Amino acid sequence: MEVRVQEEPFDLGLESVVFANKTSASGAVVTFTGVVRDTPEGTLDYMDIEHYPGMTEAALRQIAQDALTKWSLEDATIIHRFGKMHAGEMIMMVATAARHRKDAFEAAEYLMDFLKSRAPFWKKEVSKNGASWVAARDEDETALTRWQE
Amino acid sequence: MDVLYFAWVRERIGVPRETVQSSAGTVLDLVEELRAREARYAAAFADISALRVALDQELSNFDASLAGVREVAFFPPMTGG
Repeated sequence: MEVRVQEEPFDLGLESVVFANKTSASGAVVTFTGVVRDTPEGTLDYMDIEHYPGMTEAALRQIAQDALTKWSLEDATIIHRFGKMHAGEMIMMVATAARHRKDAFEAAEYLMDFLKSRAPFWKKEVSKNGASWVAARDEDETALTRWQE
Repeated sequence: MDVLYFAWVRERIGVPRETVQSSAGTVLDLVEELRAREARYAAAFADISALRVALDQELSNFDASLAGVREVAFFPPMTGG
């Protein structure tokens, strides 16, 4: 299991290949990538992501560990950036590897659901019209309840 | 104890962290003390349902005790991913 919090960009292709080649026991590898989305009007200047150093790493480790406990995974990786990035830049990725695809898909969704509202990151959108903090969505909080059983 | 602020809470209060001398028993008591300080704190803590709190880097709640706590952080709901 690997967790990385970094300011610099990551190479999605390289990370995916390295991850996929790590275990020969895995028949299924799922990766998800979050990308900076422009406004519908195309006015986004940049996104600035703030985080809570220390707590961020601990929270991501806990989320990854919970996924490893809950599903039959061979491995999991989370990479999440902070700082300024422009539309189209990759913000984060998760990767899961399992013997079979169901575990890999479900665990990746679980990682994403918890990353959204339990990892201490805050996104600010800066556009020509000003700056605003991205509000958390109720659906993101509701999404967590489906994993409680 | 150290008190940290993130995102718009940090912007409203104007500092990312500060050391606070307090005898507050719970998070809510600490919030009341901060609110009484200055308008910028009152503005930041106007609606605590819009805020989250972490104690020593673990998510907690406003009723929680501050006994033994060294670091308190206030921030809006997180928007990772």
